[in-house]
Formats: sequence, structure tokens, C-alpha cells
Amino acid sequence: MTTMIDATLTKRYAGREVLRAATLRVESGSVHALVGENGAGKSTLVKIIAGIVPADGGTLAIAGASRALARWDRRAARAASVGIVQQHGAFAGTLSVVENAVLGSEGGAMLDLAPVARALAKLGDEIGLPVDPWARADRLPLGVAQRAEIVTALYQGAKLLILDEPTAVLAPVEVDGLLATLRRLAKAGTTIVLVTHKLDEVRAVADAVTVLRAGETVARIEAARDRSIASAGDAGTTWPPSLDVRAIARAMVGADVPAGDKIEAPAEVAPVALALAKVGVAGALHDVTLEVRRGELVGIAGVDGNGQRELALAIAGLAAHTGRVRIGARDVTGAAAARRLAAGLAYIPEDRHHGGLVLDASVADNLALGRRDITGAFRIDRARVATFAAERIRELDVRPPDAHAIARALSGGNQQKLVIGRELSRPALSAVVAAQPTRGVDLGAVARIHDQLRAAARAGAGVLVISADLDELLALCHRIFVLLRGRIVGSAVERAALGALMTGASG
Amino acid sequence: MKRELEAAAIALLASVAIGSVLIMLYGQSPAHVWWQMIARTFSSEYNVGQVLFKATGLVLTGLGVAIALDAGLFNIGAEGQMVAGLVACACTGTALPAGTPAVIAIPACALAAAAAGGAVGALIGGLRVWRNANEVITSIMLNEIVAAVALAIASRYIFANGTTTGLPIAPGAEMPDLGMAGSAANGALVLALLLAAALWWLRARTTWGQALRTVGADAEAARSVGLGVGRVRVLAMTASGALCGLAAVNFVLGDRHAYEQSAGAGTGFFGLAVALLGRQHPAGIVASALVLGLLTSGGLVVNDLIPKDLTTLLVGVVVLAITCASAFVRRTGG
Repeated sequence: MTTMIDATLTKRYAGREVLRAATLRVESGSVHALVGENGAGKSTLVKIIAGIVPADGGTLAIAGASRALARWDRRAARAASVGIVQQHGAFAGTLSVVENAVLGSEGGAMLDLAPVARALAKLGDEIGLPVDPWARADRLPLGVAQRAEIVTALYQGAKLLILDEPTAVLAPVEVDGLLATLRRLAKAGTTIVLVTHKLDEVRAVADAVTVLRAGETVARIEAARDRSIASAGDAGTTWPPSLDVRAIARAMVGADVPAGDKIEAPAEVAPVALALAKVGVAGALHDVTLEVRRGELVGIAGVDGNGQRELALAIAGLAAHTGRVRIGARDVTGAAAARRLAAGLAYIPEDRHHGGLVLDASVADNLALGRRDITGAFRIDRARVATFAAERIRELDVRPPDAHAIARALSGGNQQKLVIGRELSRPALSAVVAAQPTRGVDLGAVARIHDQLRAAARAGAGVLVISADLDELLALCHRIFVLLRGRIVGSAVERAALGALMTGASG
Repeated sequence: MKRELEAAAIALLASVAIGSVLIMLYGQSPAHVWWQMIARTFSSEYNVGQVLFKATGLVLTGLGVAIALDAGLFNIGAEGQMVAGLVACACTGTALPAGTPAVIAIPACALAAAAAGGAVGALIGGLRVWRNANEVITSIMLNEIVAAVALAIASRYIFANGTTTGLPIAPGAEMPDLGMAGSAANGALVLALLLAAALWWLRARTTWGQALRTVGADAEAARSVGLGVGRVRVLAMTASGALCGLAAVNFVLGDRHAYEQSAGAGTGFFGLAVALLGRQHPAGIVASALVLGLLTSGGLVVNDLIPKDLTTLLVGVVVLAITCASAFVRRTGG
């Protein structure tokens, strides 16, 4: 077997070493998982290999040829057949899929898109990732856009395909499909590097695993030799006992992962914290009626793009809706976001980069954003903000523990902790709406965020968790409803039944 | 903070370099021209006063543009809002009875100027928020409309017969000169500095300032924490217009004590450069206003060496340089 990637890389951001001679060796034609906690440097490592971010030092060999890091940029990486699908997508929103596919390689003044579109559609069908080449990129749901990006990378001739947390935006069935596709691609000779937090995915698909911790490679674990002939379904059986998932998890966090337990369900008579009556959003959400009682965690499951986004926005008062919304005893129908928050709502938006945080503001400012109870009504009480920030940083173990750090410099998991810390510390909390609270967040941070959501419920709030991650909902929620095409199609508390509801299989 | 200074310094150095090339092309020695500009300015109290006079107007329009920029709005209409302020200020000043005391006359004229500028700003903000009309387009177009309306009002109510100079304002409304060798520098400078200090405090230390900058940095995030994005934008544009309108205090109540067609012309546009070069920070704006004041006034004192238009051109170069420099500083990281 030849080696596709052999890298030892160092990278500093603002004087902080995010990669310290981190090594990554990937065999050609294999699926290689790159795992590690948020902030471990996974994304930085793959971005350097894909030529998106320059390295500060080290060596890089792609397909056996040593590459000069000083001249290693996206163009060079693309010429070396390195494709990448990034966490937040890289398509130009106003262009169609096919236009994005030829972007940067047009090769002349005239565009002839039709043959490219045909090739994309054909390629997509062949590998089981159907795409509509003429769809505008910003109109595609996240999962579909990602599919299109994968097909585009392969169309552009990628022999090495890097996927940065691809399953974060997918429903369980979609995840299974994607993993099966990755196996097929590897079998056909494409090398896959899969950046992920989810160890069951690693177990299902990877030939080898590299574990990063705090910018260093702490483990490289290979599956048994017969791994490549095993199908994805019974993958677990091919792992040697010494290389089980817990071993990888231990390597990631340096300790055993604490498994949170479901908190006790509240009594039937507990007062209602959040009530929705026939809530609808034009074209996206229809007749959603549900109640969350105080102390209860209720989940909303569903494949991405089935109205989850609109449901969260409607409850938060950020989208015009029909029907009625009640928070605690207050009817907030028609009220603006500010009044709903004042009525005891905490709102965790689904995308921390768009709506959750002001990325260029400091950690402290983000924690106190809009929190007049902390800042004061007019003159900002800076001492109080500093104390508040220090408390939240300690409580949530934000890294680095620096209130003056700019939010943009934090890893995804630590950024999400800021949103969680700000929202769940609101006084007189009645209801919590958490949309995708742990999307793209590492194991350690997931555990912490889940603990916070449980603590909010225990303290008497009704928590509505909207998530594409079924494991998350199963671990947290007392009741789980399924959204399909904007309607609640049923509720269940075990995986198979939920899966059936999500795909509409149960009628 | 350090990076902001870096960006401004890079921009300034680049502008001086480009200016030097232009001076050379004109056939003069750059070193000689720059030196003369500084030497002649600082050797004469009158010239220093003229720099302060120009800077006063620039501080006010610079603050105005900056407050809109904080909210993520690009106010190209500073010039028009200033003109609205000039006319309103002059109308009030001439309408006041001759015996009005200064404590009433000056605030009345200043408020009229702020209200007129603010009204134009509010219109731009309102169109943006409720009609989703791009403020760059509406503000630039309103410049022309305001100029025409101002001329119509001035020729009907203010101009002395057959001239483009207005009747003198009530004596009580006259802003006292700073007494710098007969230069135009006047008490409006104090007003401008006080407003800069007040804005620094509002911006850095209050929830209003935080809301303003949050809306500018990420409107989506502002919405999700319950800030009224539309209201903040309209208020920011209103305040922006009001500050630009207040520049009238410098040009009408100070200096000539009368309205003059094209008084302070260009101060609104240069305010854009001041806000950008000052990185929207009030202290930076005061410093940039002094630098650009020196350039514009200095252009006149070396008029025998280079044409005055060269300094106007240089201000344009500053805007280009600061825009490039901030991108450069951002890319290279901290």
C-alpha cells in the first residue's frame, strides 16, 4: 500500500501553537478518521493539507511526492488532486452547483456548462449522491449542499477527499448512506480523510484512526487487516478488543468519557413552560402543537430541512408565524424577540456563526450580549460583566480561559459554550429552545452542554431540543417528536421507531 | 487597538508615498513641498487656526459617518446632511431677533442644524429598514436633492439681494472666535471635542454603544438576543445625520456668521475619509481630522508650489489606502 499523506505540521495562531508537529499518515485507498476534541487542531490540520491555510513549519508529502510548504496553496493542492468539503461549506451561494464546479478552472472566456452539468449528475448517480447541478447553492439544505460539494470535488478529479465533520448536518439515514458511499469510494481507489467527533462513525467506516489532542498526535490506531473486506454494517466485529471505541475516546480526552444519565421526568401535573398551539410558518411549518412542562426535556427529531429551523425562529419571535406561543403563563404571540426573552425564554440558535455570536467581539462581550440584567440598562457595569464572564468560563470550562479573547479565535465547541453560557444563565428561565446545540462540537463539550441543558430542566425550565443527532435526543429527552415536511408526524422514544417516522416509512 | 493603529499608519505612509510621486510628476521636490507645508503651517498662528477650523468640521462629519458605520451603514450622504444643517442653522440664525442672548441663540441654531441633518439621516435609515433601499444609493442621491432644495430655500429666505451670501445671523448666535490671528477657528472646536468624548463614552461604555456595534458586526446575532435591529439602524442614521448637520455650527455660527453658498463644501465627503482613517474610534477621528485638516489647509499654503487640487486628490488616496490597509492588516493577523 502506498502512502497518500505523510505530514508533520506546526501552526501558530496569534502566538498560540494549535499544531505542534502533529503527524498524519494516510494510506492510499483507505478511509482514515481524524478525531479529537474541539480545539485539538483537526480542522487546521486538514486545511493545511488542502492548501487553505498556510503552515508555519513541518513537512508534507502527498502521493509520495514531497511538497514545499511555502508554495502549498489551494491551487497547488487542487493540482495534486486534493479535494476538501469544509464544515461550513465553500460554495458561492449565488451560483448554481455546476457554476461552483467550474469555478477557478473555467479555462476560457466562454462557459459551456451543459456538459459539466450532465457529468455532475451522472457522477452523482453513480456514487449514490444524486445532485441537481442547476440548483442555486444557497437554496440547498445543508445536507444536500454537502452532497453536491462531495460530487463536485470528485468531478474536479480529487484522488484524496477530505471531509470536515460531514455528518454534523445529516440525519441518521443520511449518515448511513454517506458512510456507505465513502466505503465504496475508497474501494474504487479514492483516499478519504474523515474528520469527526462521532466514534460510532469511526467504527463503521474507518480503516485507521489518528487521534489529535491539543495540537499533537497522541495515537494512531489501525483496524485489523480484514477490515477492508468487511461491510459497514458489521464493522464493529472486526475491531481487535484492544482498539475499541473507548480506547479512542480515552486518547481523545485523556480520560474516560462521562456518560450523562437522563434526568427524571417531571410529574404530569408540572406547569407548562412552553406551549405551542397550531404554530405555522408560511411554506415551512404547519399546525405544530405541543407542550413542554417545567423540568421536562422534549426533543424535535427530523431530517434537516423539515421545518426545524422555522420552528426555532417562530418560538424565538424571529419569524412571522400563525398560531399561538405561550412562555410560562405569558402569551407571547405577536411579541418581538426581546419580549419573549424577557418572558423567560432562552434561545440557542442553530448556527453559532450566524446569529449565535459576534465573532469579532470578545468572549466577555459575547457572554453578556443583550443581557441587560448583567450589563445594566444603560451604562455598562464592567466589573459585573467581568465577574459574570469569569463565572461562565469556569462553569463551562471555556478554553482558553480568557475573557478578552476574540470569539473567532475559539474552537467551535468553545464558541458554542459561550452561546450556552449566555442563554442558560438568564434569570427566571421558563423555557429553553436549543437548536442543534452540539452541532460540530467535540465529545468533551457535548457532555458539558448536555449537563447544562439537564441542569436547566432540573432547575425548572422546560427545554425543547431541536437536533438532527438522534443519539443526542435519545440521551437527553423524555419525549421526542418527529418533524417531517413541516408537520409533527408522531412521537417515539426508541431509535427504530423514530427512524421510521423521520423517513415517513410508518405512513 | 494596535492593529487599528497599524492600519492607519500604513495607510498614511502609503498616501504620503503616493503623494510624493504625484508631486514629483508635477515637477517639484516632494521633500521640499512636504517640508514647506509643515513649516509654513506651524510658523503662522493664522495657519494653525485654519487647520483647526477645517479639522472642526471634519471631526463632526467624521463622527457622523463613523456612527453609521458602527451600525453597519455606509453614509455617503454626509455632505447633504451637512448642507441641510447649514441652511436650517442659517434660517434660524437670521430669524432670531437681534437681541437674543447667546445661551438661547447658539443652542437654538445648533439644534436646528442637528434636526435638519438628522431628518435627512432618518429618511435614509427609514428607507433602508422599511423599504430595504440600500443606504449608499439613497444617501448619495439625496446629496443632490438636498443641495437643490437648500439652494431654493437659501435664495428665497437667506441670500442678500442678488448675491450668494446670506444675511448676517443674530449677533447672539455668533460663535466666538478662538482669537488665533484672525483665523476662522472658533468655539465649534470645543463642541466637536466634547461630542467626540461623549461618543467615545457612549460607544465603549454603554449598552447603546454595544447594541450599535452588535448590529453592525452581526445583525443576525443582534436579533437573536432581542435587539431591535431596525430601530438601532434608524437611530444610528438619524444620529449620523445630526452630527453631520452640526458641522454648520462651525461654518455658519463661526467663521462668516452668515450662510454662504458652498460654505464648508467637501467637509461631508472628507468626513468619510476621516471616519475610515480614524477606524471609527472617536480619538482616531480627532487625530485623522487634524491630519486631513493639515492636508487641506496645507494645500493652500503651498499653493505656489503645487495646485490645491493635488491635496484633494490626496484625500482620495487616503481613502483607498486605508481600505487596502485594513484588509492587509486583517489578512496578516495579529
